[in-house]
Amino acid sequence: MVGTFATVVITRDLLGHPANGPDLHGATLIFTMLLCLLGSMLVSGLVAMLVELLAYRRLRSLGTNRLAPLISAIGMSIILSESVSLLTEGRAVPDPEVLHKSSLATILGANIRIDQLLVVIVAPIMFFSLQRFVNHTRLGKGIRAVSMNEETAKLMGININRVISITFLIGGLMTGASAFFFETVYEATKFNIGFNIGIAAFTAAVLGGIGNIRGAFVGGLALGLLETYASAVLGSQWKAITVFIVLIVVLLFRPNGLFGEAVQQTRV
Amino acid sequence: MGCSAKPFSRRGCDVEMSNLRDQGAEFWAKWDRPRRVTFVIASIAVAASLPFAGNFSITNILNTPISSYQDVLVYPVGMFVLMALGLNIVVGKSGMLDLGYVAFFAIGAYSMAILGTHTHLNMWEIFPIGIALAMFAGVLLGIPTLRLRGDYLAIVTMGFGEIVRITALNTQKIGGPNGIANIPSPPSLFGLKFNISHPNSFFWVVLVLILLTIWMIRRLSIRRPGRAWEAIRQDEDAAELMGVPTLKYKIWSFVLGAGVGGAAGVVYASKAIFISPDAFTFNISVLILSCVVFGGIGNIWGVVLGGVFLAYLPERIRFISNARQLVFGIVLVLVMNFRPDGILPRKKREKALLTKDDLGGKND
Repeated sequence: MVGTFATVVITRDLLGHPANGPDLHGATLIFTMLLCLLGSMLVSGLVAMLVELLAYRRLRSLGTNRLAPLISAIGMSIILSESVSLLTEGRAVPDPEVLHKSSLATILGANIRIDQLLVVIVAPIMFFSLQRFVNHTRLGKGIRAVSMNEETAKLMGININRVISITFLIGGLMTGASAFFFETVYEATKFNIGFNIGIAAFTAAVLGGIGNIRGAFVGGLALGLLETYASAVLGSQWKAITVFIVLIVVLLFRPNGLFGEAVQQTRV
Repeated sequence: MGCSAKPFSRRGCDVEMSNLRDQGAEFWAKWDRPRRVTFVIASIAVAASLPFAGNFSITNILNTPISSYQDVLVYPVGMFVLMALGLNIVVGKSGMLDLGYVAFFAIGAYSMAILGTHTHLNMWEIFPIGIALAMFAGVLLGIPTLRLRGDYLAIVTMGFGEIVRITALNTQKIGGPNGIANIPSPPSLFGLKFNISHPNSFFWVVLVLILLTIWMIRRLSIRRPGRAWEAIRQDEDAAELMGVPTLKYKIWSFVLGAGVGGAAGVVYASKAIFISPDAFTFNISVLILSCVVFGGIGNIWGVVLGGVFLAYLPERIRFISNARQLVFGIVLVLVMNFRPDGILPRKKREKALLTKDDLGGKND
């Protein structure tokens, strides 16, 4: 939600691009899109860090039950979306079209547009860079250590608050990038836009196995394909049910998701 | 707050926080039986006379602007308290995160709506059927899914809630998105009339249900199921190793919670006359969970307080219509940050054990 609005604000207000203005070309187009992408990522990342600071940090230092941070986070998400709802009076906000959506090719009867191609290219890039970051950098090692065992990580000299803050920043950056590409394709946003997508992301992560980037990638892909096929075969009103039933069946046989490893101790 | 005093304690800080619940328990332990009975009867009388509070000049500050105060007392306040108590059996007692609790509420409500409009059964006859159906749904969901833990269980229960709602939305036979209208009001009972102009009667029915639920939870808590739930909540693997049949007791807590939700649903449908899938969204599940955690997870009085507060607050501040959800969010964040165990946290474990021993052999 934050990312999509950041994109809108940058194109419409910062760069003064009119709502039904002409499409951009060449260097201006690349400049605008890059600026939107970076702006959206930055704003989302910073907001995510702020959320961590306000909703989680104090509770973490108190070391309470697992549900208190959840409710605090729900409160935070209500605050964010309701503030935007107040500012936009609850209406959908259109995003000016900058990229002309030309059809590139038709393969097996499917029409491939440039904006869609962009998403398909960028998603694996994001996946591989995140994978590389988490598995091969010092900071990534810190993140994995904290996720395994906070207490031990602390004893090993890891600054937990910093690591978690950076994790939120990265989550925000990724979401911001997704939001930008979402806007390029759909060109409108609303205050409650993040809700369903957030649930879908959570479902995908669980399907793949929590804490596993590869699993999340496959889970997201499977979820998207499943939704599309279910819409085509059963009608779009049944797609959510299909997804959840498949999820339940998968978890029956693999209680830790498709790529989940050893049973992790999770306590409520 | 002086949290640094016990850096290695998992629940370090709340040792020093004032714990109203413990103080209350101490008072209660000191009282003799007549005093306790008087106190209980007086509290019930105060709760039962709440619908009249709007009429007097001192207490009419409770009145809700825009929506009718008597109706607000039934839904959301009474219903939320009832459902929060039911969810507390699942989340608070046995420590499982259920994000689809609204499904059982919906099943109860739809049982009432379908049977009430298609058969000649009245609300009192449908009531046990609705509870049974909700409990059956609890078993149906519980057996395959309760092996899951934590986030995995949460997402599956959330999925179940959505499955129930979307099925209702897409099944034209039960009204689809239009819902079901003209649900009959319950016939009179003990001279109390139940219809749209008598919301107080519904409130008293809900109050009786709340009292029954509290009684049930209190009885179960000090007996075998309660101790099994406590063991499961603290460490499921250890409980299993000590011979607690964890799956059985997890399903039991799920089913009891579902039954309470179903009961709330039946009363809701007969009070509202009209129901539609819109009333059973994921948001309601989240709200009920908020009531439980906000009030004090695992503690009956905290949960009641949380339910009353979070249901009543948005109605009371309806005059700032646009910003009221924002205020709601701010209250959630602030209270969770400053009282992470809820307004009235559960009793400290040691004290709970002590009181049980004092009961002398009563805990089989």
